[in-house]
Amino acid sequence: MSLSSVSDHDASSGKFLRGKYAICGVGETSYRRGSEESTRSLATWAISNAMKDAGMTADDIDGMFSYSGNDSTFSPFVAGDLGIRLNFYMDVHGGGSSIEALIGMSMGVIEAGMCKTVAIFRAMNGYSSVRIGGTGARSAVPIVGDQIHSRAYGWQSAGQMFAPTFLRHMYDYGTTPEQVAAVKVAHSKHASNNPKAFYKKRYTVEEVVNSRIICKPLHLLDCCVETDNATCIIVTRLDRARDCPNPPAVIQSVVGRCCKPRADMHYQHGPISTVAGHYAREILWPNAGLGPEDVDVTGSYDAFTFTTMLQLEDYGFCKKGDGGHYVSDGTIELGGRRPNNTSGGHLCEGYTHGMNMVIENTRQLRGDVDDSCPIGPDGRRRHTHDYREGGCRQVKHAEVTANLGWAMPGTGSAMVMAKDHR
Amino acid sequence: MPIQGDYMGMTLTIEDLDGENRDFFRYCARRDFRLQRGKQSGLLRYPPTTACPWTSDRESDWVPVEGKGTVHSYVEVHHPIQPAFRDKVPYMIILADLDIQKGAPTEHEALRVAGNLMTADGEFAPPEMIKRVGIGTRVRMVFVDVTDEFALPHWTIDEDAEQPDKPWRYAQE
Repeated sequence: MSLSSVSDHDASSGKFLRGKYAICGVGETSYRRGSEESTRSLATWAISNAMKDAGMTADDIDGMFSYSGNDSTFSPFVAGDLGIRLNFYMDVHGGGSSIEALIGMSMGVIEAGMCKTVAIFRAMNGYSSVRIGGTGARSAVPIVGDQIHSRAYGWQSAGQMFAPTFLRHMYDYGTTPEQVAAVKVAHSKHASNNPKAFYKKRYTVEEVVNSRIICKPLHLLDCCVETDNATCIIVTRLDRARDCPNPPAVIQSVVGRCCKPRADMHYQHGPISTVAGHYAREILWPNAGLGPEDVDVTGSYDAFTFTTMLQLEDYGFCKKGDGGHYVSDGTIELGGRRPNNTSGGHLCEGYTHGMNMVIENTRQLRGDVDDSCPIGPDGRRRHTHDYREGGCRQVKHAEVTANLGWAMPGTGSAMVMAKDHR
Repeated sequence: MPIQGDYMGMTLTIEDLDGENRDFFRYCARRDFRLQRGKQSGLLRYPPTTACPWTSDRESDWVPVEGKGTVHSYVEVHHPIQPAFRDKVPYMIILADLDIQKGAPTEHEALRVAGNLMTADGEFAPPEMIKRVGIGTRVRMVFVDVTDEFALPHWTIDEDAEQPDKPWRYAQE
């Protein structure tokens, strides 16, 4: 057996930390353009909101993680703002696929006895400061060494870097622009029922494929939105989470930054129409003791319409090559068999490098997404399950969710969560 | 001294300690495309690395490689991100499978070398030339100088090669 073979990862022997940790609090700022606040200020608001959501005070949080791409603040500043004394913190480099990995790492540092409860934040002025689309500050960075092999060719933005995978999937499997556009249609439908979403307008397939080409095969409306915002997720042991006011979202398994071979330049190792989920699923499902058929809601990362499709396919929600069909047959829409990104995700709600999709699934498992449904005398929403525009976005009987995080075709992270059953 | 040059208004730098990139781009400046071949594995690799991806062996030789291949996939950019490319759109980035070592050491591996689609003279390809290129197009390497000891490899249509009847292109023109 090869040392690098995924099958060597013994995911069947132990149950690892399945069902022992939970997300007990989530919080965010608004998703907007022109925050007129520093990332430090945004982070402080998001963590503060998550602490309120978890019913926690500064004394209850003693660990902190953050991630960024030279566009954010650091944990010690934010902890100071909030009166939190840290027993552990780490600020890591990274974008998409960081959050599921950091949730797993939070479980690890708590298990190691380093701290008790971890707040993970991502704060970014992704529109008004360091734009995540790559214009401005990001394209002004000097081009040195290894980067010459890409950036000197005008191969820099996320869309440009991923396009060879997207086109090759169309070539290998006959995937059509109209099929993939259905992802935007679904997510925009969901966003229209999300008062927080930056874009609430519903789109049609025709509108997506008739919007201007950014780089083939991506139309403007295949691409995510750039926004300013901060988001926070609090992770702790399940027994502690059960003392919090909201029902815990129980973590069943995590995969962190799982890579295809040749992570230095993943296009060297094909098929290039296959993404990291092909490897990550060998860890995700056995560790969770569940499979794709058990999942009620997915959060497949939508930096682009294509990334949602490719991951759902490679994590096994459909047969290899059938991703285009899967995302366009109604399955991923609210009211369908397995809705994806019910908040509107990165395409519509706001761009957070994955955080808002985990926050949304946490709320789905609580049975308490923040839509426009009427609020009862007990303060809880009375979900109508009427998914027409401006209505409900709570999925009926949401028991199990899967988050599929994307860094690039060659790297991904994932997490399965379930409702708490004491 | 680092090797540094201006290319289309972008400053490209190869640091002193970056021996692999220094060698790679210096050979390109001599119109001599070379890749590292691992001493133990005997396998070529791209882009330059400090060790062999198959054996972790740090010993390698720079071996001359024929700059011919087939388009495996591509990017066709219509909305520029970097200021240097603002007046180049539409432009194409090609990922070409080199003929040598294609499908080795395993079926789906190949030396997939990046470059822009250029004319044979090393100018950015005009739109009518871009429309002739898709997955399956046979391409050959051309070089564009950055300094006298630093050139970038690029791709152009191999007009002498047998071409597919219709290379695969994204449906919307």
